[in-house]
Amino acid sequence: MDAILLQILNGLDKGSAYALIALGLTLIFGTLGVVNFAHGALFMIGAFCAVTLQRLLSLSFETVDPTKTDFLGNPAKIKTPYIESWLGPETGAAIIDWSVPLAILFSIPIMLFVGYVMERGLIKHFYKRPHADQILVTFGLAIVLQELVKHYYGANPIPTGAPDAFKGSFDFGVVLGFDPNLIIYPYWRMVYFAFAAVIIGAVFAFLQFTTFGMVVRAGMADRETVGLLGINIDKRFTIMFGIAAAVAGLAGVMYAPINSPNYHMGMDFLVLSFVVVVVGGMGSLPGAVLAGFMLGILESFASMNWIKDILPGIDQIIIYLVAIIILLARPRGLMGRKGVMED
Amino acid sequence: MGILEVKDVGKRFGGLQALGDVNLSVQENTVHAIIGPNGAGKSTLLNCFVGKLIPDTGSVMFDGQSVLGRTPYEINQMGISRVFQTPEIFGDLDVMENMMIPCFAKRDGSFRLHAFERVNDEKELVEQAEQMLIDVNMIDKRHMNASSMSRGDKRRLEMAMCLVQEPKLLLLDEPTAGMARADTNNTIDLLKEIKEKRDITMAIIEHDMHVVFSLAERITVLAQGTPLVEDTPENIKGHPKVREAYLGEAH
Amino acid sequence: MLGLNNKDFRFLLIVIALTMATPILLQPFPEGSVMAQFNAGYPDLMQRFAIFGIFAIGFNILFGLTGYLSFGHAAFLGAGSYSAVWMFKLLSMNVIPGIILAIIVSGLFALLIGYISLRRSGIYFSILTLAFAQMSFNLAYSVLTPITNGETGLQVTLNDPRILGQQVAANGNVPPTNLFGLEMGSSFKLPVGAWEFTFNAGYYFCAVIAILAFYLSLRIFRSPFGLMLRAIKTNQTRLNYTGLNSRPYTLAAFVISGMYAGLAGALLASMDPLAGAERMQWTASGEVVLMTILGGVGTMMGPVLGAGFIKYFENIFSKINENVLHQWFSWLPDGLENIVIWVAEHFVGSGWHLTSGLLFMLVVIFLPGGLVEGGQRIAAMFKRKKADDDSDDAGHHPKQSPHVAE
Repeated sequence: MDAILLQILNGLDKGSAYALIALGLTLIFGTLGVVNFAHGALFMIGAFCAVTLQRLLSLSFETVDPTKTDFLGNPAKIKTPYIESWLGPETGAAIIDWSVPLAILFSIPIMLFVGYVMERGLIKHFYKRPHADQILVTFGLAIVLQELVKHYYGANPIPTGAPDAFKGSFDFGVVLGFDPNLIIYPYWRMVYFAFAAVIIGAVFAFLQFTTFGMVVRAGMADRETVGLLGINIDKRFTIMFGIAAAVAGLAGVMYAPINSPNYHMGMDFLVLSFVVVVVGGMGSLPGAVLAGFMLGILESFASMNWIKDILPGIDQIIIYLVAIIILLARPRGLMGRKGVMED
Repeated sequence: MGILEVKDVGKRFGGLQALGDVNLSVQENTVHAIIGPNGAGKSTLLNCFVGKLIPDTGSVMFDGQSVLGRTPYEINQMGISRVFQTPEIFGDLDVMENMMIPCFAKRDGSFRLHAFERVNDEKELVEQAEQMLIDVNMIDKRHMNASSMSRGDKRRLEMAMCLVQEPKLLLLDEPTAGMARADTNNTIDLLKEIKEKRDITMAIIEHDMHVVFSLAERITVLAQGTPLVEDTPENIKGHPKVREAYLGEAH
Repeated sequence: MLGLNNKDFRFLLIVIALTMATPILLQPFPEGSVMAQFNAGYPDLMQRFAIFGIFAIGFNILFGLTGYLSFGHAAFLGAGSYSAVWMFKLLSMNVIPGIILAIIVSGLFALLIGYISLRRSGIYFSILTLAFAQMSFNLAYSVLTPITNGETGLQVTLNDPRILGQQVAANGNVPPTNLFGLEMGSSFKLPVGAWEFTFNAGYYFCAVIAILAFYLSLRIFRSPFGLMLRAIKTNQTRLNYTGLNSRPYTLAAFVISGMYAGLAGALLASMDPLAGAERMQWTASGEVVLMTILGGVGTMMGPVLGAGFIKYFENIFSKINENVLHQWFSWLPDGLENIVIWVAEHFVGSGWHLTSGLLFMLVVIFLPGGLVEGGQRIAAMFKRKKADDDSDDAGHHPKQSPHVAE
């Protein structure tokens, strides 16, 4: 029982990331009819927003402290972040410590801008082109974005810490009446899950309760009809793309402390997120979220030792295997509707 | 015994009874039209003949064999060819290549891995295809790209592709839908020509009365998913039930 | 001739002549000159031209003819390499058994993956193949380590049995890969004045196989089977209602192209007897897609051109570093020089991938028909000029369909 709970918890954070990326993919696919292979790159850019902000905040100047010497006997140099000298050591240190959550604010305008440029500059011209062309051009874009990041940030993962307050773990077991240290769960992962839940909730609320969202939902159900109503779809598409980009970016920002950002994380997540979308049902938002969490948890279960002993390597392939089975048995996915991408 | 025997066919979509107890018999060497107002179930019925839909009840026998549960390509191999409402042709290929494909399908069946022969070495098939193009007055267009042709020519090509298979039954799904009067008349002339040149059985789903009465030898009137009457064109014209259900609203 | 019409036969002869003369043609600059760095007549580079040409030709049979975009073809390349290296370990360093096994294994593998993936089409098919390839890649890294040797990659060692051949060569090393004694690495160098041409056994072996592969695909393109594949791309509904079952056709195309990929993988291993899982990664699948669309999807020559283009520029761009750039742009004023170099630096050296990604986008956006279409457009421009010159020959040609282009 405790083991099962632990695996479910372990699956939640990855599941959250899958769900957030898949949500954006589905929004873009459902409204714009575009298959966006560069969506993982947006997730990665988000993560690197966190890295960048942390670096910016930590920019330091050097002073020489004559009272101390380093191991060679020279006067020691001390690095002081500018921000500490401006706002005082304590406030400055706290701001640096909280750079990842702060990066949320930092990343939103960046992601919206990236999304805007991408949609206006590239995607717009591919609405009427075949899906294969959309896949190819966004695939090329994904490579370009990831190589640019690699050029400036290097190939190695960059550790990006969560605030000190969230380091350490919470002992769930004790709360639920199990022995201590059985079910421990890092605080930051709890934060991530809560954050994902809020974002998902916000997106659904936005679609459910605003006029804009209503039009978008109608557009997802039947694009042509909405076009006939004379509603300016184009502008809404751009906004929708920006929102999807922001959702992916935020997912990336908050994921940075869980997995040190590297340039290929986008593609790693993209392939899996596509699988999630397909399993959930192309064009179904609840399906994307459900499948995201489901596959995240499933993956976590598959990595349990006794399962790996019976089926070696299953943790590596479980998601693909499930996807293949679902696609063959239920071509529309878990919650896919008739008429969406029927070929 | 007709070549196509439809017995008690019924089909529901959710709460909608699209077809109920349809009985129909298409006789060999006749042109049989199925008419009816919009939503009468004409297209649903046609889709049951070609394997796109499977009826909930009843049977569809073609040439003594059931077509139910078979795929479109199997049904075509049994001898039913179909012309679509909007012409379905191979747009990226030229006219001659379009013609060769049904020729191969007729001779080699639904699949053959003939990867090392050459298309142009099949003299007999090439001849068949060219003869067919001559018959439909398209031989001068044989090297044209199919997608660059006019709609009328596409329709002509599609019919030629179906006819070259020498089908036992040719199904036409509103062959003149969306056509201008001149094009409609051309199509009627083409079908008449075809009918004169060879023995052929045709079933036409049609909305346009002009087309129906110019071509059909038997007419079945469908209303709300059930056949109202089946008779010759002359009798149908004067039939009170038909006037009431169909012609009354159309004219 | 050879079951080809005159035009195709001439075309094949040209391809043969070009392939055979490659070591000379790709070495236009004298040794030691500044331009020598643009020479491409090196054995390993020429081998890669031929091998990736085969890979792309095969991929084009699937994607070019049927329009099914597979993102998993690298899996077959990898499977081919592994099979070949295993033959080198177990039987002998002769490349023939390795190549045969590789074609069989990748064919069976493609049959399995194709059978499942081809139940869906469109983007579902692309995602399914991508999922399968990622799955194979992950497995090769983890559970299949006994077969693939995991991260290290599969290599030939002195302890391998090699029951039909030498276990250890006379010099105490692992024997080299060979074709009935002809070593793949052996080369004949021919100095002509300031030039030096290298004729390498491995290259000619790959070249002969590439020509065979090309000939085979030419036959497939012109065959009724090829016609059916093109019909699938343009209208599957009509095909089904014409009495043809599209699935075995697409599956056959998928398996054939998988076998081509396996053959290419085996040749890679034959030239350099090792195999690693990274050959199966999506980036490798992406590369063959890029080669094919860059050259021209669905054309005969396109994939070969694309493969050559990519591999050539990969080689050139990877070699360029900051010093080289400084040499090139030293004539610019200092400030401008630095700016130019700063920009150029992104694209050279390890920045090659950025360049290829960009190239990918540019081709899809501006030249969907690839280099072949680009060439045709330029040719048409010149023709039009000519036609304008002799004005009485104003063209009244009916629009001809674009036959499978050369």
